[in-house]
Amino acid sequence: MTAGLRLKLENIVKEYPGCRANDGIDLTVEAGEIHALLGENGAGKSTLMKVIYGVVQPDEGRVVWNGRPVTVDSPARARELGIGMVFQHFSLFETLTVAENIALGLPADEARDRRKLDQRIREVSERYGMVLDPRRYVSTLSVGERQRVEIIRCLIQETTLLILDEPTSVLTPQEVAHLFTTLRKLAKEGCSILFISHKLEEVRSLCHNATVLRQGRVSGDCRPAEVSASDIARLMVGDDTPISTRVPAAKAGDLLLQVRNLCWKSSDPFGTSLKDVNLDLHQGEIVGIAGVAGNGQDELLKALSGEIPRTRGDMNLGGFSISGLAPDRRRRLGIAVVPEERLGRGAVPRMSLAENALLTASGQGLVERGLVRFSRVREFSREVIRRFDVRCNDEHSTAASLSGGNLQKYIIGREALQNPRLLVASHPTWGVDVGSAVAIHEALVRLRDEGASILLISEDLEELFQLCSRIGALCDGRLSTLAPATELTIEQLGQWMAGQFEHAEASHVAA
Amino acid sequence: MLLLERRPVDSTLMRWASPVLALTLTVITGFGLFLAMGKDPVEGLTFFFITPISDLIGLAELGLKMAPLLLCAAGLTVCYRARLWNIGAEGHFLMGALGASVVAVQLVDASGFWVLPVVLLAGIVAGALWAAIAAGLKTHLHCNEILTTIMLNYIALNLLLYAVHGPLKDPYGFGFPQSVMFGEAALLPDLIPGTRLHLGLAFGLLAAVSVWALFARSFIGFQLNVVGQDSRAAAFAGFSARRLTWFAFLVGGATAGLAGASEVTGPIGQLVPQVSPGYGYTAIIVVFLGRMHALGIIAASALLALTFIGGEMLQIAMNMPKATTGLFQGLLLFYLLTCDAFIHYRIRLNRPARQFIPKAAIAAAPEV
Repeated sequence: MTAGLRLKLENIVKEYPGCRANDGIDLTVEAGEIHALLGENGAGKSTLMKVIYGVVQPDEGRVVWNGRPVTVDSPARARELGIGMVFQHFSLFETLTVAENIALGLPADEARDRRKLDQRIREVSERYGMVLDPRRYVSTLSVGERQRVEIIRCLIQETTLLILDEPTSVLTPQEVAHLFTTLRKLAKEGCSILFISHKLEEVRSLCHNATVLRQGRVSGDCRPAEVSASDIARLMVGDDTPISTRVPAAKAGDLLLQVRNLCWKSSDPFGTSLKDVNLDLHQGEIVGIAGVAGNGQDELLKALSGEIPRTRGDMNLGGFSISGLAPDRRRRLGIAVVPEERLGRGAVPRMSLAENALLTASGQGLVERGLVRFSRVREFSREVIRRFDVRCNDEHSTAASLSGGNLQKYIIGREALQNPRLLVASHPTWGVDVGSAVAIHEALVRLRDEGASILLISEDLEELFQLCSRIGALCDGRLSTLAPATELTIEQLGQWMAGQFEHAEASHVAA
Repeated sequence: MLLLERRPVDSTLMRWASPVLALTLTVITGFGLFLAMGKDPVEGLTFFFITPISDLIGLAELGLKMAPLLLCAAGLTVCYRARLWNIGAEGHFLMGALGASVVAVQLVDASGFWVLPVVLLAGIVAGALWAAIAAGLKTHLHCNEILTTIMLNYIALNLLLYAVHGPLKDPYGFGFPQSVMFGEAALLPDLIPGTRLHLGLAFGLLAAVSVWALFARSFIGFQLNVVGQDSRAAAFAGFSARRLTWFAFLVGGATAGLAGASEVTGPIGQLVPQVSPGYGYTAIIVVFLGRMHALGIIAASALLALTFIGGEMLQIAMNMPKATTGLFQGLLLFYLLTCDAFIHYRIRLNRPARQFIPKAAIAAAPEV
């Protein structure tokens, strides 16, 4: 037995109908080690985590915990062993306090004495620099603070292996730095951390070791600090995919989209209202909107697409007011939209690719006198598939049968081939394989060079700095100023994402 | 142990095998029921399924019952494709019958080719208006259409009963609650001389074909499908759910209204309280059994029409209660819904229970 070997997975196999999610995976994590688990979407990271945390049972293979083989048949059992997990989507009750949420996960005898529990929460949170008031209601906490609740919930149960699933995707750069300090301190005290991510720079700065998965298998192990990000990317995507795009500078033209004092009140108590958003977009430029998830990005997209019908303020496209127009009317004026959810909004899962072309492209001569011209629909669909290199059987394949990246290429292609004047794209490369991401970036740049304006909403700062000429950030439904990407520092953007911009400044729009 | 497991892809085979399987199971259960009641099951099933259609008159009767089912089912298909659970075909049907009768009673002595179209149109309009109430409640007040349409069915029935007991009652009808017999010009022509089969069946077949064309060819049919399958994609594309809801309900009301009008101007020739043996409800089974597809609902309407005349046959020949029809229809729907589960799911034999290592055993295990 190796001293300090905390977790050892041997030949883990998990098969789902139609897909072998884990195909013989070995993994070791030592005590006090921060271990990265890397891989593209669909590489099998989540499944492996669920195996460790007892959410699913492996079909084959062995889990060895502190030197002894164990069967982790439920998350409760995992917690008993000392395995804690923070999911990407938090499992907190918004209407309960921090302490109440933490008490829910504890054995009854520990949960009963509230005063003692409050004391423990304070102790743990101060020890690791995660200040948190146990009496506060979760609904009043920021996303970063909610994540702290989840982490403290694990730590309070004497966790010796903490699994974090993409923990930084919801944080500003400053919050990320703070989280990393906490994690390093935890590791120093002997807690092992399994850190799931696809952000290579973070992994390089934080993790001691990394295991890279590709298509359900381990494609390599490395010490991330000692190899370059592109070496790791190579392990993630394989040998034959390009991994980045070069973007020539844009030549911005006339003003195309003008948004003035756009307001929208959300009727959902946990939704985000848009507050006095001002935005100018010129022909032939890509403007980026950064922001932590849930700060009004989707609402802004819906306000522009027309999915939210009643907004206040003015929206002008080429001098023509589009406020109050239905989505199909706006589309006819040249607005194309790529929503965040590919399946279930951007495309109907059980319909064919051809039918999904008809969803937004009906104005391209595909419908005549109320009748669908199916031959033209198929032709248009084949054109998208060919020009955007969509990997599928043919235009009769259902949208649900395509991989995320291929479906995204199809959706972007469907919008791009309609020659839009304005494309609003939300998270176009989220969860997309690297090869498709490059193709999507190239398609956006091509569209820009043809004179279209693009509003790119993304949480991926690297993507924004790579593609955009101007960048701003949304926080709590307010939009910061848009600064030229070349002059904007990541620290400045991070502050904007955290809402630190003067409101007076926000309503002034940089020309 | 048996496990119900989601299929990676929906089964196309089961989609069409399911109705056949459901029918088979219905027949088997029917066999058992006849046995339990001490009747000869073979004789019973023969009377129910075969005797009624063994001659031309029988086949014509089948077509007669198919007509209203087809018309109602065609309209409901438009609603159900868009996931609008309109249960109100019965009410639309009754209002169609009432509306046509109101006009026909005024035109008893009229003659000319225009009389029948006017009467039928009155039925169509009445049915559509009745459906419009549910549509408006849904689009403007967000009332659940299942509840409103069911309640409107009862209101429609009571309006019809009021009419035959009051304003439309034949003053020379010996106190029977029924209207006067309609004039010759208001009656549907027969399709086959010597039988009761009338033009209504042609309307039904035409409606089925129209529904096929709507969904196979038209953009509005596509929009209805999108709204039904994925309302968020529909909102994204800008298809107005409100406009499509109105369209579906008005079509549903118009076709069922025409069915009601065809019934009073066809075999009955006057308005009577028992104008519908539940066609509007049975049409719901027809739509699901027919897979919301034109050819499917034609076949399914024939089968369910058979349950009506088969039930009548059993009453006459074997002294069985009238409820037999409803029983067979219920069994069929029940089995169909059960079998439909296998379109999305499959049964798998569970592997032997996985090894559970109790905590004590782990503590005692030798170190690796």
